[in-house]
Amino acid sequence: MATAASVAIGAAASGARAEASTEVAQPAIASPSMANVSFTVNGVAQELELDTRTTLLDALREHLHFTGSKKGCDQGQCGACTVIAGGRRIVSCLSLAVMHQDDDIVTIEGLGTPDNLHPMQAAFVKHDGYQCGYCTPGQICSAVAMLDEIKAGIPSHVSATLTDEPELTAAELRERMSGNICRCGAYSNIVDAITEVAGRQS
Amino acid sequence: MKPFTYERAQSPADAAASAARVDGAKFIAGGTNLLDLMKLQIETPAHLIDVNGLSLDEIETTPDGGLRIGALVRNTDLAADTRVRRDYALLARALLAGATGQLRNQATTAGNLLQRTRCPYFYDTNQPCNKRQPGSGCGAIGGYSRHHAIVGVSDACIATHPSDMAVAMRALDAVVETVRPDGSTRSIPIAEFHRLPGDRPDQENVLERGELITAVTLPKPVGGVQIYRKVRDRASFAFALISVGAIVQPDGNGRVALGGVAHKPWRVEAAEAEMPRGARPVSARLLADARTTHDNAFKLPLVERTVAAVLAEAKG
Repeated sequence: MATAASVAIGAAASGARAEASTEVAQPAIASPSMANVSFTVNGVAQELELDTRTTLLDALREHLHFTGSKKGCDQGQCGACTVIAGGRRIVSCLSLAVMHQDDDIVTIEGLGTPDNLHPMQAAFVKHDGYQCGYCTPGQICSAVAMLDEIKAGIPSHVSATLTDEPELTAAELRERMSGNICRCGAYSNIVDAITEVAGRQS
Repeated sequence: MKPFTYERAQSPADAAASAARVDGAKFIAGGTNLLDLMKLQIETPAHLIDVNGLSLDEIETTPDGGLRIGALVRNTDLAADTRVRRDYALLARALLAGATGQLRNQATTAGNLLQRTRCPYFYDTNQPCNKRQPGSGCGAIGGYSRHHAIVGVSDACIATHPSDMAVAMRALDAVVETVRPDGSTRSIPIAEFHRLPGDRPDQENVLERGELITAVTLPKPVGGVQIYRKVRDRASFAFALISVGAIVQPDGNGRVALGGVAHKPWRVEAAEAEMPRGARPVSARLLADARTTHDNAFKLPLVERTVAAVLAEAKG
C-alpha cells in the first residue's frame, strides 16, 4: 500500500463542517474533497486526482474511459463491474478508487482484443454465453479469476470436502459464479464456455 | 454519497487516535458494506480512515495452539487457510456460505463482524428505523418481517445480524482484539462483543469511539464434527433465513449457535447440555422466550428441523 504520509487531502481539509441538519447528528463536510491515487490499469500506469467519493468503477469508466466494465446495480449484487485487482476478482462498484494506490487492475480491455480474444472471450462467443452482453465483461473477468481460485485449491460452499482439490463440476462453477447475474439467462451456455476453458487449462 | 475527507492510516494506534479526534470519522477496509450504505446516505461519514495499509493481514498460530487472525484477513483467505480448513471447518464453511467470490475477496474479518443489518426498513430511508434514526420508530414491527429476529428482540428493533462468519466465531469462542485511541489494547470475548437491540438498536457492539479491531483469536481446536447449515431463499448469494453452526463430539455433546434469529449470533450454552437428547430440547432452550411475528413464526420449527438435520448428519 501507499507509503505516502497520512494526510487529510483536498479542498475540504480545512475542516469546515456543516451543522447537522437532520436528527441523524452526523457531521458532514461542506464541499467535495479531492485526493490523488496512482495504479496501473491493464499494465499502464495511471495517475488521477479524484473526488474521494469516486468508486474504482467510475474511475475506470468515467475518468480513464475503460467502459467495458459495466455499472449494473452499483450495489455489489450483479457483478457486471467485476475487474481483477491484484490478481483477484472484485466488484469495482464497492471499492473506492483511492483505496487502490499502487494496485494492478485488469479490466476486460486488458484480457483480450477483438483481433486477439482471450480464450474465455472466445469460448463465450463459441458457446453463445450471452444475449444482450451487458453482464459479459464482468462474467468473463470473474470466470478468469475464478478458475485461478480453483487452481489454488480454494474450496466453495458446494465442495464435498474442504481438503480435497475442488472438482470442475457444473455445480462448482455455478456456485462460484453466483456473484454474476445474467438477466438474459445465458447461464447454461456460460457454464459450457467456462467448462471448456477449464478443461483446456487442466 | 456525501463528501468526505480521506486518509491512509499509518499504524493501528494512529488510526484509532484519528478516528477519535475527527468527528464523523469511520474506518474503511473492504468497504463492501460501508460504501453500499454511503451511496444510500444511510452512512454519511465526514472522514474515512483507510486501514488497508496496516499490516493486519496475517494468520498466525498462537502459543496455546490457537489462531490469531489479523483484522484485515480477507474472507477468501481465511476460508482457504489450511489450518482453518483442517481444524476450524465450521469457520471455513460459514465463510463459504456467505456472499460471493468477489465479495469474499474484498470483505475482511473485522468488517464482517461489524456488518450492519440487511433489514429492508433500515435500508429504506423513507421508513422509520430506530437503528438508522434513533427514536423514529420501527417499520418492521407490524410490517413485513419474514426475515426478522425471533429471540432477543425489543419493542424498538427486530433486526438480525447478517453474518455467517460471526455465528462460527461465536461457537468457536473467538476473542476480538482491539486498540483504543490512547494506544491501550483489550480483548473482548465474542459473546460480549455484539449487543442486543434494547432501546438503543443503533449501538450494535461494545466498541468505544475510535476503537479499532486488530485481530480475532481462536482458542486451540476443539475437534468434533463441524457443520454449518444455512437455510435461505436461494441456493447461493442470499442471507440466511436461519443458520445452524454446530460442533458435535463423538459422545453427542458439543456446541450450537444460530444465525438469522437475533441481533447477534445466538448461542445459549445451557441448550448445549441437551444435545445428546436431540434437536427438540436443544431448540426449546435456544428459543426460550422467542417473540415471533405473523411473518417469521416459521423460523421456530425451521430451527428445530435444521438442528435435527445437523445432528443427524453429524452422526453420519
